[in-house]
Amino acid sequence: MSNPQPALDVLPASLKDRDGPVFREPWEASAFALTVKLHETGLFAWSEWAETLSGKITEAQADGDPDLGDTYYQHWLAALEILVLRKTDLTVEQLLSRKTAWERAAERAPHGEPILLPEDEIA
Amino acid sequence: MSSHDHHHDHDHDHEHPRLSELQLRVKALESLLIDKGLVDPAALDIFIDTYETKVGPRNGAQVVAKAWTDPAFKAQLLEDASAAIKSFGFEGRQGEHMVVLENTPRVHNMVVCTLCSCYPWPVLGLPPVWYKSAPYRARAVNDPRGVLRDFGTELPDDVEIKVWDSTAELRYLVLPMRPAGTEHLGEDELVDLITRNSMIGTEVVTFPAKVPEAAE
Repeated sequence: MSNPQPALDVLPASLKDRDGPVFREPWEASAFALTVKLHETGLFAWSEWAETLSGKITEAQADGDPDLGDTYYQHWLAALEILVLRKTDLTVEQLLSRKTAWERAAERAPHGEPILLPEDEIA
Repeated sequence: MSSHDHHHDHDHDHEHPRLSELQLRVKALESLLIDKGLVDPAALDIFIDTYETKVGPRNGAQVVAKAWTDPAFKAQLLEDASAAIKSFGFEGRQGEHMVVLENTPRVHNMVVCTLCSCYPWPVLGLPPVWYKSAPYRARAVNDPRGVLRDFGTELPDDVEIKVWDSTAELRYLVLPMRPAGTEHLGEDELVDLITRNSMIGTEVVTFPAKVPEAAE
């Protein structure tokens, strides 16, 4: 009998551990916290969030993401960017220039020192 | 081995971006939102700390253990789960409605979110990676028995498996069956037996507790 659905054993064994890590990297925790906090301020309804996130996940699957859970917070972040751009007056240009500023700050920071954003690079 | 601890293994870091693309995107977003006064950085830190250290499946396990030992609480939990769970101080942040699904010798409940991995955070913490994966989301609906087998859970053929699809407004918590032989255990000892997966419905609670498989 053929099964059209992929089996769960395509997932690495570590993903099936009893209490696996909730966040694999700190940025995932930050993206999660930002979303919940912005929701709490009333910036968007949770149903609007769920809709945006599931839209991003569907899009990624259509683009060939096997969607095994490890890319979940990437979709989460993409959905958050969409909602922030939709609901605040922040622009794509501001996000991109701030991202470049962080990248430069990271390149300049001595190894092991905290990465700080200099005042004059804040757009 | 020398006694000082320089980290020369990472000499070549300067040739690579120190922050990943994803880290940079989050940092850009976070710092702009903070500048705009839309989020409070201190509140973000407290929130992350709470989720990492205080919220987790143990919350749900406490609710389940109480339901096993206190029939009045169990009745309340099945009647109005949101209120009963709130009495523990575990409260939803999204205003979602909680529903508790009781496993019986005839019915086994399993929870999924086919859309976007909605999950009862206040009682289970954050979802495990497999819960968020497409194979689980699809197969939980089409082949629940197969999924259970993947988790090492074999149920008798006459047990009906019900799969519940969470939504942004509705979150489910499975009330697993109390295993035989645990009559002498107190609430705290019961809590230790109750796994996260048993409250999602991909496992059953066993006594003695199942030893977690070692990671490969």
